[in-house]
Amino acid sequence: MRPVQSSSLPVLLTPNRTARDPLPSLTAIIQSRLLFVSLLGTFFISCGISAAYSAAGAQPSLSILDVLLKWAPLVFGGFLFNIAVSIASMALGTASGLLLGLGQISPSRPISKTSWFLTQFFRNSPWLVLLFFAMFLLPFDLKIGSVTVPLPAWFKAIIGLALPVMANVAEIVRGGIKSIPLSQWESAESLAFSRRQILWQIILPQAFKRMIPPWMNLYAILTMATTLISVVGIQDSMTLTKAALVAEGRLDLYLPFYMMLLLMFFAYCYPIARLTQSLESRVAVKF
Amino acid sequence: MMDAIAHWFKWLSNQHGINYSVFFDNYDQTLFLKGLKTTIILSLACIALSILVGLIGAWLQGSRIRAARVGTAMFVQFFRNTPPLVQLAFFYYAVSALLPTVTDSFGAQTPLINNLGWAIISFSLFAGAFNIEIFRSGIEAVPSAMTEAAESLGYTRFQIYRIVVIPIAFRICLPSLGNNLVNLVKTTTLAYAIGVPELLYASAQIWSEAMNVREMMVLLLITYVALVAILVAVMQRWEKSLRVPGYVS
Repeated sequence: MRPVQSSSLPVLLTPNRTARDPLPSLTAIIQSRLLFVSLLGTFFISCGISAAYSAAGAQPSLSILDVLLKWAPLVFGGFLFNIAVSIASMALGTASGLLLGLGQISPSRPISKTSWFLTQFFRNSPWLVLLFFAMFLLPFDLKIGSVTVPLPAWFKAIIGLALPVMANVAEIVRGGIKSIPLSQWESAESLAFSRRQILWQIILPQAFKRMIPPWMNLYAILTMATTLISVVGIQDSMTLTKAALVAEGRLDLYLPFYMMLLLMFFAYCYPIARLTQSLESRVAVKF
Repeated sequence: MMDAIAHWFKWLSNQHGINYSVFFDNYDQTLFLKGLKTTIILSLACIALSILVGLIGAWLQGSRIRAARVGTAMFVQFFRNTPPLVQLAFFYYAVSALLPTVTDSFGAQTPLINNLGWAIISFSLFAGAFNIEIFRSGIEAVPSAMTEAAESLGYTRFQIYRIVVIPIAFRICLPSLGNNLVNLVKTTTLAYAIGVPELLYASAQIWSEAMNVREMMVLLLITYVALVAILVAVMQRWEKSLRVPGYVS
């Protein structure tokens, strides 16, 4: 169900969405639809509040909904960029995190100690600081022999976001492997499997199923964290929302615009959360 | 002692160009320590408020009124599935614009709640949404025999909640609460985006002046890892001291 927490380590996993619901029942689905409807309701109410406020002041030329629709495609384009960044960071972070996680259970002490240290260090530092770290300390261009490859800001941001992802994936991998009973290792050993064979053919296939829910959870967290790139000056949905608000220069637009941005992320992350929950209850490996 | 440290870092800066100005430059040091103080205040305020939000929310989720349950579920899902940075901007730019302004001591109009206030509110609600779920799973883990026993002894729902359920549930969910609070401390860096003079903001001020980005980055990362380590140690100690002898959950 959840990754096993060993008592010897200060295991600082990002809060798991706690497994509680069995498969989403009919009532749960209805409730979730209710949730969506009421959130949309909140959105229109916020538009209404803003409209009421603006009605008290000077009459604006366009209604709030018209202005929203005018800017929505631009903000949505920025949102798609956020998604693209999240996918790239996740891919990079998963690949390196898998290595780091396997490094943690390596029989070689220096490798396991180094991997453990790196994991703990990157997991316990704030995402924004790591992003700054990557943005400022990576060079502007890479010299490979005589070829100079420029490193654009968005690429550095992807690396910056991949660092904490890497450390969290490493913990997920370690937790997944540790959750497989020791008897599996022992019986495989008695059948004369080599360590590599045990890991790749017996342990990882079983652990893999258990790693999927926390991995998806992490992806949702990463997607939400991609808005941080606006702080270091990369144009994403957040920057575009701010720019649109500055261009319009109307106070009554702030509430609906930020609500629209919040709802975009909600519409993307909420289904992932539901899916994670239903998977969590389904993948529990029985022994 | 402090003089010796300052002296050594000054020597390091002069001889090797490794400029940890925070240790010998008075101005930078004050800036950094003020930032550290703000981060700690922000973290402590958010920890306290988010636990309060979690307790109230968990109470509402167990309520008999359907509207209260659906409302809490909406709050939790909304705050968990939207970016904290956008939430912060939403509060600081959008909600703040709707609130009335007050006149400060200089006679100027200032917003009712300043940026530090909004950061505390925003992060508390964000972490509180997670806490609600954590507390709820803890409450669900309390054996129903206990609540039934309390009910048969004539306790009211609030009494059962306060005297029986909460003390047990709290012990069950302390580990996941610890994880969430660690995340909360890391989230406080987002306050940089609305100009709260916390640790990251202070460091950015220092490195843009002293041109020591690399050194400040290392110091910043170490400081945050240390803050988190302290929090983890406190939580573990707390867990140990709260352990009920003989009770295995």
